[in-house]
Formats: sequence, structure tokens, C-alpha cells
Amino acid sequence: MDGRWMICLLKNLLRVFLLLTAVSIVTFWLMKSSPVDPLQANVGQAALGSMSREQVAKLEEYWGVHTPPVEQYLSWAKDFVRGDMGISLLYRQPVTRVIGAKLANSLFLMIFAWVISGILGFALGAAAGMNQGKPVDKLVKGYCLLVSSTPAFWLALLLLMVFGVWLKWFPIGLSVPIGMEAEGVTLADRLYHAVLPALTLSITGVSNIALHTREKMIDICGSDYMLFARMRGERGWRLFKHYGFRNVLLPAITLHFASISEIFGGSVLVEQVFSYPGLGQAAVAAGLGSDLPLLMAITIVSALFVFGGNMVANILYGVVDPRIRRGGAAK
Amino acid sequence: MEQEKKTPILKIEDLKISFTQYDRGMHQTELPVIRSLDVEVCAGEMVAVVGSSGSGKSLLAHGVMGVLPYNASMEGRITYRGEALTEERLRKLRGREIVLVPQSIAYLNPLMKIGSQICKGKKDEAKKRKLRDIFTRYHLKPEVEELYPFELSGGMNRRILISTALIEEPLLVIADEPTPGLDLRMAKRAMEHFRELADLGAAVLVITHDLELALETADRVAVFYAGTTVEEARVSDFASEETLRHPYTKALWRAMPKNGFQFIRGSQPYVKDLPEGCPFAPRCDRCTEKCREGKIPFREVRGGRVRCLDAEERQGEA
Amino acid sequence: MKRLNRRQRVLLGLGVSVVFLILICVAGILSGEAARVTDFSRKNLAPCGKYIFGTDWLGRDMLARTLKGLSLSILIGILAAAVSAVIALVLGVASAVMGKWVDEAITFVIDLIMGIPHILLLILISVALGKGLKGVIVGVALSHWPSLARLIRAEVMQLKESPYIQIAEKLGKSRWYIARKHMLPHLLPQFLVGLVLLFPHAILHESSITFLGFGLSTEQPAIGIVLSEAMKYLITGKWWLALFPGILLVVIVVLFYVAGESLRKLLDPGSVHE
Repeated sequence: MDGRWMICLLKNLLRVFLLLTAVSIVTFWLMKSSPVDPLQANVGQAALGSMSREQVAKLEEYWGVHTPPVEQYLSWAKDFVRGDMGISLLYRQPVTRVIGAKLANSLFLMIFAWVISGILGFALGAAAGMNQGKPVDKLVKGYCLLVSSTPAFWLALLLLMVFGVWLKWFPIGLSVPIGMEAEGVTLADRLYHAVLPALTLSITGVSNIALHTREKMIDICGSDYMLFARMRGERGWRLFKHYGFRNVLLPAITLHFASISEIFGGSVLVEQVFSYPGLGQAAVAAGLGSDLPLLMAITIVSALFVFGGNMVANILYGVVDPRIRRGGAAK
Repeated sequence: MEQEKKTPILKIEDLKISFTQYDRGMHQTELPVIRSLDVEVCAGEMVAVVGSSGSGKSLLAHGVMGVLPYNASMEGRITYRGEALTEERLRKLRGREIVLVPQSIAYLNPLMKIGSQICKGKKDEAKKRKLRDIFTRYHLKPEVEELYPFELSGGMNRRILISTALIEEPLLVIADEPTPGLDLRMAKRAMEHFRELADLGAAVLVITHDLELALETADRVAVFYAGTTVEEARVSDFASEETLRHPYTKALWRAMPKNGFQFIRGSQPYVKDLPEGCPFAPRCDRCTEKCREGKIPFREVRGGRVRCLDAEERQGEA
Repeated sequence: MKRLNRRQRVLLGLGVSVVFLILICVAGILSGEAARVTDFSRKNLAPCGKYIFGTDWLGRDMLARTLKGLSLSILIGILAAAVSAVIALVLGVASAVMGKWVDEAITFVIDLIMGIPHILLLILISVALGKGLKGVIVGVALSHWPSLARLIRAEVMQLKESPYIQIAEKLGKSRWYIARKHMLPHLLPQFLVGLVLLFPHAILHESSITFLGFGLSTEQPAIGIVLSEAMKYLITGKWWLALFPGILLVVIVVLFYVAGESLRKLLDPGSVHE
């Protein structure tokens, strides 16, 4: 059984590695096909005009304008693996350092929102699924429909309007110009600034997991074993605890791990509205400012998280579900 | 004969179960899957409801247990120990006095170990002791308690399922198709388990498609045709064709291998296309004009009951 | 009046949403001129009887701008979603039918695309195409198909395994016959519903990416741009600039969802009773 495990794990790791490589190739290719001229983007139009031809040639060589793309990719990948992700053009700092700082900010936000929305979504979905067609179900369904129809950025604006501008409970955060790092802030400051973004992300994150849990729960409620449990006199909380909860938990957790990508996407928008100095805001700034090294690195880092989440989801099934865990022993 | 005098544990009269369905387009229609079902079981007695596959027999079990799908509706009278089996009463009784033994282990929670599943997650000593007794009785090893349903071997399934009934104090046991997919030897043993329950004093209602097996173990047989019980007869009545009352039962009798394997023409009508009056009328060679109009009453004939206008006249022949 | 049964209610829901969506589009196209007219004599008006959505800092009527922006977003969304759905259909069917290697390859690409957060992918494509309208449409079209493709693939796989198709194959029916008689009736509803349910996603993402400043110029007041401009004036207390356009956007997306779900209920016999 242990052997099977190792093979399964290795397979998963290999797949993640292949996917990451593919992501990096695709990103690299996309960036290369961008009409942005690396020289102009890095040095600036005016500076470029005032330079001598030799200087330009030197810079061209430095940015690898004339090297073939495959070679460029390989040399970039080599550096990347070594931990050298290049220099961010916007922040004039090594990309590694920029990402390190931004990721720490974002992770705090995302983990908070991920956990809250997971628990809340699961509870709502389970309650709705167990009571299909009843008022609770309709309420949860309505909420999910409304939330999944609301763009994250607009919800952020709305909360900002209510809690920032109107009630003045939380900072508006717009005081920090887009694309600049807010330096010299304390942890308390940070938490204070993170409340509204985290709240927004939690609210929007609920709908996906709630709807999925609800769907699974309805399937379970229609299953033969649930029917039999009811015929054996089980109902209410006991029915949920012994039959519903057990069976719905695993698919729900799996889905939640597999949907890390959504919370990443949401954080891009939310951070932008709240000027929260995280990875998402850096991605937007990098995109708008044509900071290609930074954009590439952010893409790969977030893909790493997404694939990591998927892998955890895959493995969880094997560890938790007895049908897979003990499957080998049965026959 | 003395069974007839006792109050039955379960008495079902004129049960009707129908579904709401959509036709093509916007029309809602009623689909009566069970039209008119009558059956009764006394303590210590095993009654088999026999009908061909797909005739909606399982719905009978779900109806009695009160777990019909929401788009189904039920009419008729169900009496349990002399009193109407209302929803509240059922809620108190089901899983305690009234138990159902399901068809297969698909009815077990896949993520719950057998032991705690049989005990419904209760962990008290009394339950555990009882479970061990049941396991000894059915020759199941104690290790089985720690298995998950998917790990059970085919031979254990039936005994595990019936254990879920024995762990309670059942007065009424309903067995929903206990034998499909089993070979003859196993099927017989499964039926014998239910016979034992009846001998212990419970009222046992077995829903099955296998007439021959039912005849070997049951006391009485209710024959179910196209949503209707056409006849309720003692097992001894099946000794010869003449002692039976309904033409369909007779046809079933003739179709048994030992009685010549003769089949009648035609097939059971789909519930939607059921004729007025007797559902068997289109296939019956004794059918008269009267059989095709109105509801045929279920009446006592020679110690059994039958839903046929023709039966009484033929009494003399018996 | 007779109480409507479920199916009739669903049909009514579908009809109302479709009519409303068409109305918004028509109104948006008609109000193109009004959305652009600036008039400083009426700037920064809070919502009132004449300008129910208020006016902005240039005195433009916010109702006209919202309608114009929404119709633009709906059209872009529908166009991109339709392209995406076609990609999904082709790849989904190919994946299920053309053998193991094709399947592996397509599944890999699906995993790949789903591995990059949606918004980030849109940013990447937009940057690669030089941040214009083209970038938005191509981006949305290229990033929305994987989930539908997966669904179609699973459906075709299941159909292929189903007994009646296996029997049809054994009976010697031609592939074309099986595809037309047995597969299409199952796939078409799924595809149609999938297509309609892609619209709201596409519109949400289109508005998000334009909100972030990629894609459309301020000359084309897509709803994302209207809201992004509103954000700058939020702090000054001009709440109406962001509130009403946003609400209308949410309403539009809800309507698309309702339309999609209604369609699903009507086309999929299994879900009629839900």
C-alpha cells in the first residue's frame, strides 16, 4: 500500500512540474509576443532617444533583443530555477524581493478569506441541501445567485462606500497611489487595512463552495443509503451528522482546495480597489506598466499555488476516503 | 385459519400511489403507479407480495415507511395494530417497531463502519452486546464490525442487512426484494432468514418477484398485477390451479416449471395505458363487458380474497 | 386565473429575462449619443427626477452612460462567450472521441489554463495583444472554454459507454447515425445551456478586466470603465456614480443566470421536478 502511495504522489508531482513548465512557456511566449519593446519599457522613450548607438546596442544585448526566443526562454528558466527572477522594472528591485513582500500581504488576506468562506459556504450549502426546496434552501440559493452575479470589484466598491466613506469605520485606502508600495506601516495598520478586503473576498468566495456543497448534499439526500437511514428513523441532526456530513465533507473540501484559483483572481480585483499592497495589485501594476518579468513571476507563483491546491485535493481523497484508502486490501 | 381472527399487525386497504409528471409541453399528469393495493399481515406470519419486475412493488415499501419522493402522493388506509398509521405515529415507530430490510448494500452508508452502522452510531453496552449476539447467530466474525460496506463479501451482505432489522425490536419487518441477483441457494437462505423472523413472532411482509421462492417460505401470497392486488391466497391454495381464484394467478401457476411452463399472451400494460375496470381484462379469456367498467371490488372467496367478477361462479369447480 | 405550473413559471422567467436583456441592448445602442454629451451646467447632480442615475463630473447623464456601457459589455460578452463555447464543443468532442493521446493533450491544456487565475490570464493575454478591445475579446474567448469542454467531454464519454449506444454500434449503425440520432439530442441541450451560462461569466470578466484598466479606452464607456472612473470620485461622496451602474450590472448578470437555468430546466427532463 505504501508503494502505491509513493507512486501516486510522484505522479502528482510530475504532473505539477510539467504543468508549471507549460505555464512558464505559455507565459513567456505571451510576453514575447507583446508589442511592448523591452528597451523602451525599461529605459523609457526619452532616455532611449538621447543615447548613443553603442549604448543602445549594449542595452539590446543586455535585454537579449537579438537572441532567439528558445534560448531566451532557457536562460530565463535557468535563472528562474536558481531563484533569480530578474529585476522588476516598476519597483527597481529584484522580482524575488517584490514578490516576497507582496505575497506575504496577499497570503494573509487570502488564507483568511479562504478559511472563512470555506466554513461559511459549507455550512450554508449543507443546510440548503438538507432542506431542499424549503425557505432556507431558497434563501441560500438566492444569496449565491446574487453573490456570483456581483463582480468582486463592485462589491469592494460598495463596502468601501458604506464602511469607508459613509461610516468611516475603515480606511479608504485610496490615499496610497496605485503602483506604489506603502512603506513604514505597522502590523496593526496592516490588519486594519486588511479587514474590508478580506471581508469582500470572504463574501464572494462563499457562493461557489455553498452551491457545490448543496448539490452534493442533494445527491446524497436522494441516495439509497439516506433513504434507508430515514426508514430507520434517523432524522434531523443525527441524520446530518452520521450520513450527510460524512459523505459531503470530502467533496466539499476537495472542491475548496481545487478552487484556490478563484480566490487568487478575486484578490486581484479586491486589492486594486482597496489599494492593498499585495500580489494582485502588483499584477495589475505590472500589466499596466509592462513590467514583464514581474508579471511572469506572479503568474508562475500563483499557478504554483493553484496546482498545489489541486494536488492536495487529489491526495486528500486517497487519505480520507476508506474506499480508496482501504481499496487495495479489500480484493 | 386462526390467523384470520387476530387483528393484523399491518393492514393496507385500497392503497393508491401516484406521481405527478410532465408530458410533452406544459401539461401535468397524474401517473398512478399503484392503483389499488390490499394486503394484511399478522404477527408470526410471513406474507409475500408477488409481482413482476417494474410493477411498482418497491413503492409499497416506501409508502408504508413514509419516504415517498416529494412528487408522489398516497391515498388509502394503512392500519398498524388496529390504529391508523399516521405520520406522527410512523415517525415514532419506524426504525424501532417497524423496520425495513433493503435490497442491497447500496442502502448502507458507504463511509460508516458496519458495526456502528447497524447500531445507528449508538455506542451503549446493551446495543453492542446485542450486536455480538446477532453476529454469532448469523456466523459473522466480530472483525466484520470494523469493515466498510464496500469491503463486505457477497455472502455477508444479506446477513448484514437483516442484522439492521434484528438490532431493533421489530413487530413488523418489510423486506424489499431480498433475493435479486442471488443464486438459488443464497436466495433460499435469505428467505429462510425472514421465515425465522416470523417464527420469532414478527409480522413479515416480503416484496418479491419470485413466486416459487415465496411459496416455499411464506404463509400467504398477495399477487400484484399492474398496480393492483388481484388475489390474496394461502400458500396451500397454490397446490392446484382449481384452488386459485384469479385468472392471472392461475396463469402464473401454469407458468411455473413444474406445472408446464405455459405463458400467456401479451404483457402487463404500462400504468398510463391501463384500461378501465379490471387491469387484466385485455389478456383474460373469461373477460366480459362488466369487467371493463368501473372498479372491481376485492372480496372474500373461499378463505382468500380476489378482485375478479368471475371468481365466485367458478367456486363449484374447486 | 389558473395557477401556473412549474414549467410555465420557468418559461415565463426565461421570457422575461430575455426580453429585458434585449431592451437593455436596444436602449444602450439608442443612447450612444446621450452618453457622450457633456454639459457643465448640470455636472455632479445627484439622482433626481430628470436624471434618475445622476450625472458625472462632466455633466454626462449616468443612465445613458450605464445603458451604453452595459449594452457594449453584453455584446462583447456574448461574442466572446459564443466563440468560447464553440472551442469547448470542438475540443470536448475531440477529446472524447479521438483517442487517448488527443484526450491527454486536451486535458493537459485544460488543466494548464485552469491553473492560471482567470483574471491573471486575461491580463496576460491583454498585455500580449497590446491592451485593446481585441485583447479583451480574445482573452475572454480563450479563457472561458475549459469548464464547458470538460463537461462536454464527460458527457460524450458517458454516452459512448451507455448501453443503448453500444448496442447501436453492435447493430452496425454508422457512426454518423449514432452521432446524429443518439448523441446530438443529449449534447445539444447541454451545449445550449452551457453557452447561455457562459454569458454571465464572460460579462463579469469583461467588466473586471476593463475595470482594471486593460482593454477599452475611455472613449468606449464599457461598464468596467464607467465604474473605474466612478471609483476615483468615490471619496468625494458621489456615491451614485458607482451604485446604480453596478446594480444594473448585477441585475443583468442575474438575468443571464436565470435565463440559463430556466433553459436548463426546460431542456433537461431530469431537472423538471426540482
